[in-house]
Amino acid sequence: MTFPQDNRPKTDGVVALVGNPNTGKSTIFNALTGLKQHTGNWPGKTVSIARGTFRVGAQKYLLVDLPGTYSLRAGSPEEKITRDFLLSGRPHVTVVVADAGRLERNLYLVLQVLEITGKVVVCLNMLDDARRRGICVDVRALEEELGVPVVAAAARQGLGLQELKGKIDALARGEISVCPRRVKYDPDIEEQLAFMSGTRWLALEALLGQQKPGEGSWVERFKYCPV
Amino acid sequence: MSRLPPGQKAEVRRLLGEGPLKFRLLDLGFVPGTTVEAVRRSPLGDPVAFCVRGALVALRSKDADLVLVEVLPGDQRRGACP
Amino acid sequence: MSALNTAPCKSPADLQERVAAALFREAEAIANRATKVTEEEDSRALRYLERKLDDFLTSRRTGFLLMTALLAFIFWLTLVGTNYPSEALARLFSWGEKQILAFLGGLNAPLWLQGILVEGIYRTVSWVVAVMLPPMAIFFSLFALLEDVGYLPRVAFNLDRLFRATGAHGKQALTMAMGFGCNAVGVTACRIIEAPRERLLAILTNVFTPCNGRLPTLMALAALFAGGGLAASLLLCALVLGGCAITLGVCYLLSRTFLKGLPSYFVLELPPFRKPQVGRVLLRSLLDRTALVLVRAVTVAAPAGALLWVLSASGLAAKAAAALDPLARVMGLDGFILLAFVLGWPANEIVLPVLLACYLSAGTMVEAESLAGLKAVLEEHGWTHLTALCYMLFSLLHFPCGTTLVTIYRETGSLRWVCWAVLIPLATACLACTLVAQLARALGLVTSLFT
Repeated sequence: MTFPQDNRPKTDGVVALVGNPNTGKSTIFNALTGLKQHTGNWPGKTVSIARGTFRVGAQKYLLVDLPGTYSLRAGSPEEKITRDFLLSGRPHVTVVVADAGRLERNLYLVLQVLEITGKVVVCLNMLDDARRRGICVDVRALEEELGVPVVAAAARQGLGLQELKGKIDALARGEISVCPRRVKYDPDIEEQLAFMSGTRWLALEALLGQQKPGEGSWVERFKYCPV
Repeated sequence: MSRLPPGQKAEVRRLLGEGPLKFRLLDLGFVPGTTVEAVRRSPLGDPVAFCVRGALVALRSKDADLVLVEVLPGDQRRGACP
Repeated sequence: MSALNTAPCKSPADLQERVAAALFREAEAIANRATKVTEEEDSRALRYLERKLDDFLTSRRTGFLLMTALLAFIFWLTLVGTNYPSEALARLFSWGEKQILAFLGGLNAPLWLQGILVEGIYRTVSWVVAVMLPPMAIFFSLFALLEDVGYLPRVAFNLDRLFRATGAHGKQALTMAMGFGCNAVGVTACRIIEAPRERLLAILTNVFTPCNGRLPTLMALAALFAGGGLAASLLLCALVLGGCAITLGVCYLLSRTFLKGLPSYFVLELPPFRKPQVGRVLLRSLLDRTALVLVRAVTVAAPAGALLWVLSASGLAAKAAAALDPLARVMGLDGFILLAFVLGWPANEIVLPVLLACYLSAGTMVEAESLAGLKAVLEEHGWTHLTALCYMLFSLLHFPCGTTLVTIYRETGSLRWVCWAVLIPLATACLACTLVAQLARALGLVTSLFT
């Protein structure tokens, strides 16, 4: 998949939207961008990458809706696109949408994203739905655990979107400091990671034999990326 | 894992095989120590839906057999399904 | 069994396992600290209800029945709901036509210009809008609601066994569902199938799902053909299921010839049911559909209408139709119908308007914007029940439209597969129509369409 090279909109920052499938990611995208988007999707599945803009005060941001993934590691095309885009360093802020009702499996992705970038806002979506199922999430506690801002939302009801915009803006301007949670792996893995250069994520990928060292194809491919 | 009857809970012990399917299963939460439950079979008997870490995931029996599990007594509540 | 997991792990695959396990351990720990699960009566009842609903939707006894019934119900609602807005739009357009004619008459415009503008462009565009827009708006709103609730993955779950038997992938059911909207979108959606062989199967057979451009035509004909709403919706349902059966059959044949290979894996999450956002979903799909139909009407139907008027006014259309006629008769069609399908290649929306224009230029002038007008024209040109059935079959099965072929080329990157994507459906359509026509004639089942 290639990113279209055409008319690059003038914006003050790029915001990536990632999340597991079925977390209401596209609902959030639609709610934030309204009708100011470039491609329409069949409801329910993000087949192509949609881009749109939204404003916070005087700032204008470009929101990139990346395909829904469970992980950034396995090698399916969606995962590759998402991983490559995050690694390219383009997004100023990454919003990870998580389903409050199934927090544990969504945090799996959040923790992976945190290994690539700390500029993350976690959008804890479908809180109302989770509450109906008897699951209550303590947003402040989660924020403390993860070390990045967490916003409670129920996008289908339009709740929490203003706060999400505000947090994105504050993080992009550097008004919020983050201290992203690092996962501790088994001691022998940690020992090997300590000897490797580069970011933790790339070191881990090299260790797992997924990315041959020095290949760096993602840099090349995203050099001319319009966003 | 494909031999679990609907409603039966079990704990993942090990994953066999290699390649993309194994990675996919890991990312879905089938890691050693996880409680899974066979929830229902599709009308024609083959894909079976398993509950794993709060999500319902359908797998063909051939693929589910890559996950080795140990059956748990029926009253275990941990890892209950949505 | 517990001895197995203590084996030393050194390969990258085992490392992967340990890394995933560590991540999940951490995720679980964080989640446990941040969430509180309460066992209330309400939430337990909700979970029980969802489980029962899922059992019902995917059970051996009711699963397939329910899928068929839902499809028929959607068609029925669409057919019933279409009448009024279609009539209103047709009336609006015929009023507009009079205004334009009066205006052009006032300007003393030459007759050929009036012909191109009104009989060519205006009539084709208004046909596409009046006949296509209402059913599409209704059908897709209903479909989007089903999608919003989370039903479609259950369909894939129910059908995977059938697809596996033919060597295809269960997620193909999802791509077929998207094919209802537009085969080009359906083909793009095949990206969700990871295995290249299965993806190719899904791409090549997506055209057997009637798209945006064909479904309304099928609906209009079914309404004429079968009479009332219920019978028409059952007929449509049978046609669509027939398309699915042929999809499976073609997949089976391909998996045993060109596309041999072992089935890959199938992993599909069944998301929890969500209360649909009725208002938002309806508004969105309504806007999307209207925009799509209008854009297609202007970009494809308008130039095609102009070209067509020239073709038929110069008598070329009649000559070409006469040449195609013998072949068409074998398939239970006539030369004009085949010609219309060939001319309608850029977009399926215009096949029926092209046909009507051909018919009209060959004989009487009838306004064909409403169903009643359509009926009169078809009657005039000797349509029988068999013609209608063969037309619907050909429309359901014939080669993909231009846009879809371009998309297939983009997705597969090879002209070879584009050729197959044309040849396979074309052969299937010709074969099916010939079989039905010859069988019906042999059994003496040909009856007049309108008695």
